[in-house]
Formats: sequence, structure tokens, C-alpha cells
Amino acid sequence: MTALGRWLVVACAVLCLGAASDPGERLADPAQEARARALFKEVRCLVCQNESIDASNAELAQDLRAIVRQEVAQGRSDVEVRRFLTDRYGEYVLLKPRFSWANAALWLFPLVVVLAGAGLLIGRWRTPEAESDLTGAETDALARLADDPGTDRGSAS
Amino acid sequence: MIVEVGAFALILSLILSVLQTGASTLARVRRAPVLAAVGEGAAIAAFFTLAVSFATLIYAFVVSDFSVANVATNSHSAKPLLYRVGGAWGSHEGSMLMWCLALTGFGALLAGYGRGLTAGLKAVAVATQGALGIAFLAYTVFASNPFWRLTDPPVEGRSLNPLLQDPALILHPPFLYVGYVGLSVVFSLAIAALVEGRADAAWARWVRPWTLAAWSALTVGITLGAFWAYYELGWGGWWFWDPVENASFMPWLIATALLHSAVVTERRGALPGWTIFLALGGYTFSMLGAFLVRSGVLTSVHAFAVDPTRGVLLLTILGVTAGLGFALFAWRAPAMARGGMFAPISRESALVLNNILLAAATATVLLGTLYPLIREAMAGEAISVGPPYFNLTFTPLMFILLLLLPAGPLLAWKRADAGAALQRLWVAALLAAMAAVATLALAEPRSLFGAAGLALGVWLIIGSATEVAERIRLFRAPRGEVLRRLGGLPRGTWGMTLAHAGLGVFVLGAVFETTWKAETAEVLAIGQRLEVAGYVVALENVAPVQGPNYEAEQATLRAFAPDGTLACMARPERRLYSAGGQTTSEVAICTRGLSHLYVVLGERRSGADGQPVWLVTGYWNPWALLIFLGPGLMALGGVVSLSDRRLRLAVGRRAAQAQPAGPEPAPKPLGEPA
Repeated sequence: MTALGRWLVVACAVLCLGAASDPGERLADPAQEARARALFKEVRCLVCQNESIDASNAELAQDLRAIVRQEVAQGRSDVEVRRFLTDRYGEYVLLKPRFSWANAALWLFPLVVVLAGAGLLIGRWRTPEAESDLTGAETDALARLADDPGTDRGSAS
Repeated sequence: MIVEVGAFALILSLILSVLQTGASTLARVRRAPVLAAVGEGAAIAAFFTLAVSFATLIYAFVVSDFSVANVATNSHSAKPLLYRVGGAWGSHEGSMLMWCLALTGFGALLAGYGRGLTAGLKAVAVATQGALGIAFLAYTVFASNPFWRLTDPPVEGRSLNPLLQDPALILHPPFLYVGYVGLSVVFSLAIAALVEGRADAAWARWVRPWTLAAWSALTVGITLGAFWAYYELGWGGWWFWDPVENASFMPWLIATALLHSAVVTERRGALPGWTIFLALGGYTFSMLGAFLVRSGVLTSVHAFAVDPTRGVLLLTILGVTAGLGFALFAWRAPAMARGGMFAPISRESALVLNNILLAAATATVLLGTLYPLIREAMAGEAISVGPPYFNLTFTPLMFILLLLLPAGPLLAWKRADAGAALQRLWVAALLAAMAAVATLALAEPRSLFGAAGLALGVWLIIGSATEVAERIRLFRAPRGEVLRRLGGLPRGTWGMTLAHAGLGVFVLGAVFETTWKAETAEVLAIGQRLEVAGYVVALENVAPVQGPNYEAEQATLRAFAPDGTLACMARPERRLYSAGGQTTSEVAICTRGLSHLYVVLGERRSGADGQPVWLVTGYWNPWALLIFLGPGLMALGGVVSLSDRRLRLAVGRRAAQAQPAGPEPAPKPLGEPA
């Protein structure tokens, strides 16, 4: 299949619309239906390119929605529904990766970057000023630049 | 014949780029102005030849020359003219040609307008820009040539995907590519700074306008893409944290960080190394995006023109370019001056904090995008990283950043008084708190996230306005004085205020829409109605419509506002494009103030009594307009800032003044006898 062709299959999956909210699929209890809809957003449509079963109308997405609704209707908790899905389809089915050792890097990395940045910043506050290696003429020119009234950008005056 | 001219011009442009790089490099080594002029001339010529080449491709699409493989695959003679023109950059080959056009275009601008740069800096920058051009032009000529002919031309073309036949999507790629590739100039300037061993205030002044231009274009491009997804995909989603969206978002985040760190380098001479690092990072992420979108390593809703073999070539270009750039950085940057000191509470610290959070946000998006690949490669396990991950990581980082944002511009350089800055923000804080309380009291269903988000939006908008009010001494000085100060505010300040307030507007829209969006789907026969968020939508009739290259079913629905008055007539369509056999949906959007009533016509079914019925979905997207208006304001802020006299005119002269012909600073430029 050509690249464009593949795109089109996806496009169709996106465009066969209104599926998740189709009145024919809905649960009678509004609270349960709302819970099911929230869960749909976390479940990947496995045959689609990158969509949740909430957005897709692929046949598999429809089946998965039916399964999730059924589980919810039987009173299973969100955790139980997720486990049911991962037992059958693997972790790939969850759009929200689990908190596990294998995913530790994924979840902790943002924090590590922030801490590393903060560490560097604090380090910079503590080290004394390096000697300027500009010549006198250059320093004067820079000072002129900085003193230009037109260049005063919002130093709180 | 005309197509052959295009192919020839493309090859000529490649040769000129080689000349550009060669002559400019030699000009730097020998310090020969004549060679520098040759390099600059070649850069300008490379752009004009490529413009000719691009024009011939558009011509081939306009006249539907199906003997050209690219036209036959991506066009159709029945397509409207606009979409035939747009088809020229709708394919892999065409889009790479547009990428090259932008690369050589920026090279020509650098050569033509870079008069104020010192000779050495300019020669190296022009040479680097030429080298970047060579990589992508060679790729286009040898691996992705849009001018290849077919020996056996078909009678009719295969047409452009109908989803892409849309005005926003015709404009989306040009803006995006100007943004992506605009960062190449910054990359070249960074290489030049590393080679020359100089990244001072004058250099940072050069970096800023290019970054601003690229950033503004990227903002518009990304927003157009989001807007297209919003009204074309048919369920009102506008951001999916899809790999392809992330690919365009990461360069934007880096460019945003760079804009802020370049201010520190320009005003205080501090953080030159970090600014150079970001300058290298921007274009690296642009190239990463080009690779991710086209290689098919990641599954995406809108990956296009996927081709794994070409993906390897793009990955090679990415690896070599970024690898050399960062290797040079590792070698040269440690010897560079660190610049002035600043206290923990200062404008510098605020901008560094901005950069830390933006860097962390970029890292999050990058890791989230690539993690499935990493785990697959390391453990052979397939996992998915979707919107819930980004909502849990990216959103808090942004929340902190935006919470701190209004204080930043109120802090003085070097050493500031945090208490005084916060005192000035009391009006903004009060209004934000009132907004939060009002939201909790009035909005149904009650949402803490919604209230916090709304307060944040108000805080940003009023906080940005506070800075202007402070500078013009509003309510504190006589009216004449206030007006004089208002008139004297530099455009850069207006630009910043617009961009920050625009961010606040976006936050208001995004939070409101996400939190209080309503949706109702019903199967309707003619005469039946559905209700969404108090609006009643009645199906009046459904009629066939004949378009230029599609057939459609068009529904006419009457929408009544909650008070019973007629809100609008909605006419959504369901289209069948016969050329490719695809069905698309044209939604109907009624704008009600800042909000949208969004009506979608679904498939036809047969009802209980054999009468046809249609699945109709109505969405209420409150304040959805702000989601697109906010980024529009941000881009406008970029353009206003770009028009600042200081960036437009003064750069050249003052930069030249700032660098008199004195002894070169340490470290010595490359190739210079010690």
C-alpha cells in the first residue's frame, strides 16, 4: 500500500463519525456511561494509527467499546477494566503507560531535567564572576549599546 | 520541456550551494572579501534557481501534466485550481522541494541582509547555510525528485487526499516550513559563533530577529494545523499529542526558550553557551520532525508520505548535521566567556527558570514521543504513550511556568526585589482569584481544574497588562506623561505583552473548551431534533449536492438558542470523492460569541419504518474561538516585535560599532595562528 493509501485508511477511520456517542451503543445509566467514556480515552484502538477507541470507528474500536461498556455495566472498577484489557491485549492497549520500573525513566525524566536545571542555576549563583576578556574598547561599545535609551526593555523603572 | 527546466534548475541550485559553501569557507580561511562576495552571490542565485524550479512544479500541477510521476500520484484534473496548486507541496517530494526553497531563501536573506555581521561570522554562517542546503538539495535531487517522468503516463491522476483539500491545509505547510527552516539560520549563526569563538551581545542581536520570524511562522503553522483538525476531523479535537504534532511542537518550544535566552545574552552578555546550545537544538528538532513525519517509525494519525528507505537517508542527514554541530559545541563552548553575574532574584534568573521549564517540557514531549521506540528496541515490548501521559507531565510544567510568567518582566536585571514585583501584581492576583471563585460558583459541572485554569488565564492577561501599566505609570503620572510614555514604548515591549496575553487567551479557551464541552448524538429522521447545552437542533431536510470533484449529502438544520430564538442554520455535509472513493465530513460551525455550536452529519441508516435516518452529532464547544485567537495574538506579538526599529535597522550599525577592529577575544578563532 502506498503511503498516501495508508493515510486514507486512517482518515476513514477518523471520519466514520460519532461512533463513541452513538445512541445504539450507549449504556442506560448516565454515570456508568460517563465512566466508560472516560476510560475510552485511555484505550488505544489497536489497529488504528494513533487513536483512542473514543475517537475511532474502526470495527475493533467498536468491539473494545462494547467490552469496556460491558465491564463497566457489570460494576467493575476502572483498575479492573484496565487489567482485563492488558491481560488480553498487552500494555500496548493503554494510552497512559503504567507506573512501573520499565517506565520509570519515562515518568521521572521531566523531574530530572527540572532538578538538573535548578542545580546548574544554583551553581551559577554561587560561583564568582569570571574576568571579562573583552578589550576596553569593546566593553565601552557594549556599554553604549546597553545605555541606548531606545534599547531599554522593561527594566522595572 | 518546462518540467525539465525545473529539474535542471534544481540541480543547478545544488551546484550553486556547493559553490556557496566552498567560496564562503575559503573566504573565511583566506580572509578574502572577493570570495565572500562570490559565496553570497551563489547563495542568492541558488534561491532564484530553486524558485524557478518550484514554479515549474506548480505549473505541472496546474496544467495537470500526468507524465510527471509526482503529479500523477497527487493530483487530479477535476480538482479546483487552489488545490492543484497546493498539491505541489502536498506530497513527500514536493514538500521536500519546499523545504529546500525555504533553506535557500533564508540563505539568500542571510547573504543579502547580513551586512552588519563581521566578515568572519558572516562567511562561516553563509557557508554553513550552504552546507545545510547541500544536504537537503542532494536528497531531493537523488532520492526524492519531484520531476521524475513516467514512461507510460496515465490519463487521470490519483488525486490529493480530500482531507487535505482545504484552504487551511494549503497554507499550513508553507508557514510550518518557514518556521522549521527559519531555525536553520540560527543554527548557522551558532556554528559561526563557535568557529569565531564569539557569542556576545551583538551576536545575540542577530539571533533574535531570525528566531522571532521562525517562531511566529511556526506559531501560525501549528495553529492552522490545529484549526484544520478541529473543523475537518469532525469531532472537535484540536490537539492529540500525536507524534506528528509533537514533531512540530518541539522546535516551537525550543524556539520559545531561545527567544528568551537570547535576550539574556543580548542584554547582559550572559549564558552565551546555553543560547548557542538552543540555537543548535532548534534546527535539530526541525530535522527530527522532518524525519519522524516521513519515515513511518512512529504511527500517527497524520503521518504523510511515509517511506522507510528515505527515512534512513533523512536520519543520516539529521545525525551528521546535528552530530557535527554539537561536536563543535562540545569542543569550543567551554572556552567561551560566561558573562555577567546575577542574583537569585533577578530578570536573568526568571529567564533561566523559563528556559529550565521549557527545556523540561521539550524533554517530556521528546521522551513521550520516542519512548515506545526505545522500549521496543530495548525490551521488545510494545507500549503506547498517549494524551493522558502528556496531560500529567507537560501540563503541570506549563502551569508552573505560566504561574511565574507575569512576575518575570517586572523584575530588574542583575538584582531585583521580588516583593515589589509581587506587590505590583496585586490587581492581577485579585482578579484571578475572583475569576476562580466565580467559576466555582457558576459553572456547571463544578470543576477545580476549570477554575484554576481560568484564574491562570486571567492572571496571565492582567499580569501582562500590568507590566505596560507600570511602564507608562498609569494612574500615577499626569495624563500627558502617561500618553507620552505610551507612545514611546518600543514595539518589542508591545510584542512581548501581546505574546504573553495571547498565551493567557489560549489558556482560557483551552481550559474552558476541555472542561465544559458538551456532546449529544442522536439518530434523527426529518423533522426530529436533538438538544445540546440548551441549544435545540432540528433536522429540516437532507439534499444531494454536486461539488466540483465530489458528491455530497447536505443536511439543513435549524438551531435554536436556549432562549428560543433562531441561532443559525447549520448545513453540514457528508462528501464522497469519486476519484479516490473516500468519504469526508464537512462540519457546520455556528459561532455564538466566543463559543461554537458544532454540528456533524453522520451516516445514513434506515429507520424503524424504512424511512431514512441520519446520525447527527451536536457539540457545544465553549470559548473554542479563543484556542485559535490566542496563538494568533502570540504570532502577532512576534511580528510586532520583529518590526521593532532596533531589530530592523539598528542591528547592523550598532553591531558593527560594538565590534571594532581590536584584538580577537579568546578563544582564538579556528584556523588563526596563535
